[in-house]
Amino acid sequence: MNRQEQRMLMGNEAIGRGLFEGGCSLVASYPGTPASEILSSVVTFSKETPLPLHIEWSINEKAAFEVALAYSYTGKRAAVAMKQVGLNVAADPFMRSAYLGIKGGFVVISADDPGPHSSQTEQDSRLFAHFAKIPVFDPSSPREAKEMIKKAFDLSERYEIPVMVRPTTRVCHARQNVPCKKPKLLERQAHFEKNPSRWAATPQFIYDLHKLLNEKMDKIAEEHTLSPVPFASLPSRNKQCVIASGVAFAHTYELLEEMGLFDRLDLFQVLLPHPLNRRFIDMIQSDYEQVLVVEETYPVIELQLGNGKIHGRKSGLVPRQGELTPDCIHEVLERFLSGRSRAQKPKGVSPAKRPSLCPGCPHRPAFFAIKKTFPRGIFPSDIGCYTLGMNIGAVDTCHCMGACISQGAGFYHSYAQDGKEIPPIIVSIGDSTFFHAGIPGLINAVIQDARFIIVILDNSTTAMTGHQPAPHLGIKADGTAGPAVSIPDIVSASGVRFLRQCDPYDVPSFSSLLEEADRYCRSDEGGVAVIISKHSCPLDRRASKPERLYTMEVSEACDGCKICLKQFECPAFDWIEADSRTKATRGKGRARIDQALCVQCGVCRHVCPKGAIIVTKEGVP
Amino acid sequence: MKQQIIVSGTGGQGILFLTRFFAEAAMIMQFQVLTSEIHGMAMRGGTVVSHVKVGPFKSPLVREGQADAGLILSKQNVELHRGLVKPDGSVFVNTDIPGDYFAIDATGLAFRAGAPAMTNLVLLGFALGKKGFFCDADVARKVLTKISPPAQLEPNLKGLDMGLASG
Repeated sequence: MNRQEQRMLMGNEAIGRGLFEGGCSLVASYPGTPASEILSSVVTFSKETPLPLHIEWSINEKAAFEVALAYSYTGKRAAVAMKQVGLNVAADPFMRSAYLGIKGGFVVISADDPGPHSSQTEQDSRLFAHFAKIPVFDPSSPREAKEMIKKAFDLSERYEIPVMVRPTTRVCHARQNVPCKKPKLLERQAHFEKNPSRWAATPQFIYDLHKLLNEKMDKIAEEHTLSPVPFASLPSRNKQCVIASGVAFAHTYELLEEMGLFDRLDLFQVLLPHPLNRRFIDMIQSDYEQVLVVEETYPVIELQLGNGKIHGRKSGLVPRQGELTPDCIHEVLERFLSGRSRAQKPKGVSPAKRPSLCPGCPHRPAFFAIKKTFPRGIFPSDIGCYTLGMNIGAVDTCHCMGACISQGAGFYHSYAQDGKEIPPIIVSIGDSTFFHAGIPGLINAVIQDARFIIVILDNSTTAMTGHQPAPHLGIKADGTAGPAVSIPDIVSASGVRFLRQCDPYDVPSFSSLLEEADRYCRSDEGGVAVIISKHSCPLDRRASKPERLYTMEVSEACDGCKICLKQFECPAFDWIEADSRTKATRGKGRARIDQALCVQCGVCRHVCPKGAIIVTKEGVP
Repeated sequence: MKQQIIVSGTGGQGILFLTRFFAEAAMIMQFQVLTSEIHGMAMRGGTVVSHVKVGPFKSPLVREGQADAGLILSKQNVELHRGLVKPDGSVFVNTDIPGDYFAIDATGLAFRAGAPAMTNLVLLGFALGKKGFFCDADVARKVLTKISPPAQLEPNLKGLDMGLASG
């Protein structure tokens, strides 16, 4: 190990460190797995320098992108970080930024999630970069990710073009010892040079800007230092080679080593999958008879090589979807070497335990009340911890950030048209998601005269991604106080005339509020009804307050109906199988509360129709 | 020095803490290290497995049947993740049911000691006592002192010692 200072960094922290060391002075992001820790790590590193850094959790990825873009116009280095579907939200500014270019280095980090582990698609941001005509780096480890951030800034400034760095989950959430340096001091002053034909380019200028963009990409495709790295002595006598990028390269390298194949197969690591180096493409086509491409998740390198002897995702030799684990690549290599072309069926996976809402989670009583009040309702929902409301049947749809409100409107217009009774439509959306993309949907629903209930689940945090602040909390990314924007004010200003707030822990009041909202929606003067379900996430130490504690027990009155297990689904409940020998279960199974998991929120006292879930002790901690 | 380890359990059991523990231990001992973990949805009580590779590796993932040792915090995960460990590797399971592995009722011990949150450290201490890993108890104490939140340090060290004493 060398003598440089080594730190144990998660991939996202290594990326944050790369931004910090690379002289980046603005970072904007919206949290999303697997990219969430990039921005918070920059906050941590920023304490090592007195230099000013602007670090923000933006309201959504489009806003983050645009803030960073204009900042770069002033000549300073900026970065924006998001998960892959966040790039869909930022697609509009992203596509045009390739044409207009940038001034100060501008790095776009879009973290992909092959598998997927925690995403609604397996989309490949490298293909998005290809579509946008933007260069993209593909790191295989945290250490490499940090170095690529610096290379990306350099490339970005030399060509005045945004550059993407695309890590995947296995890089973002790997940890590695990473050599660290002091940050680069750029000492740049803001200077925006006006040039309306570029920064405000109307269609008449776009043709020339597009031509310029194409020329930039041609030149980048010729840069020798960005050419794939060979793991073979060239020129080689081997007629077969493997081309790999990202973490799939790391898996492949280890496998070739383990299988003793390095003397038979040449390996190339692609650092910049787009634009793929021109000479490399020519060399592969002339020197090899058989080529295997191992990349995640779409065939980006394979498409650029475009030739009948290429085997990969497109040819079907590599499975066309899913993560490329070392075991999967092992099978692929064996097929490639043996000449069998088709992917085998993946073997069955034993069932794993599904995730569920935590004990004490305020979303659980909100969903319990929704489902109980409207057993035949339609429940559009959205992205966050609360998607897990599907476990108790209170989430019917989940599409993309903020979609639930407009989906609620879509359901309403369809049923309303038929002139029959309209089923209750209850939309649930988290506080952070509401700000991210829910507000335009709310205004649209109001002005189109849709009538349904929206429950805004305000738990005072962005819980799923690690408790980042949301706009109504008045907390900046570095934890200091800042201005807050109130949810009730926005809802009222959007034209909603039914707005109530309730603590979902109070299940009876919450349920009667839902009934009241339903009556409002169906009244002549009705419209969109909004209920703010307000209770802090118990996992968020900053937000949670001391609560009244209840010691709970399941009494003899339990008749084993399992309503608490299925419709409330608290992890602290479990099931004792029937045992005729013990009197306690009277020959039937019954529910039990695991006191080690119970957080004593006491909400389950409202759940049992037989009154068997009882409070044995109550008090303030 | 090359060692591959898996840590398996359900979200909330401290799998990420143990993963970070091994990474820091490797750093202290001047080994290269790579770990892999999963965040987000899976952490809400779902099945979680993380991988630790100490030594000159490039890939952060452990292949089927390649791990030298495994820590399994929920007994229902034995069926899921035992296969990641070599047939002759060491597997340490938090369970009161004996089997083809080293068993310790870490949950019971931690619960009786009034600190259910230290279950993961009881299992770790137990495995370290059986010389299951590249690092020993002294390194473990140094790492815990470095990475534990101040309020958790004492219970963490106590959990480690309980596990060591149960070996």
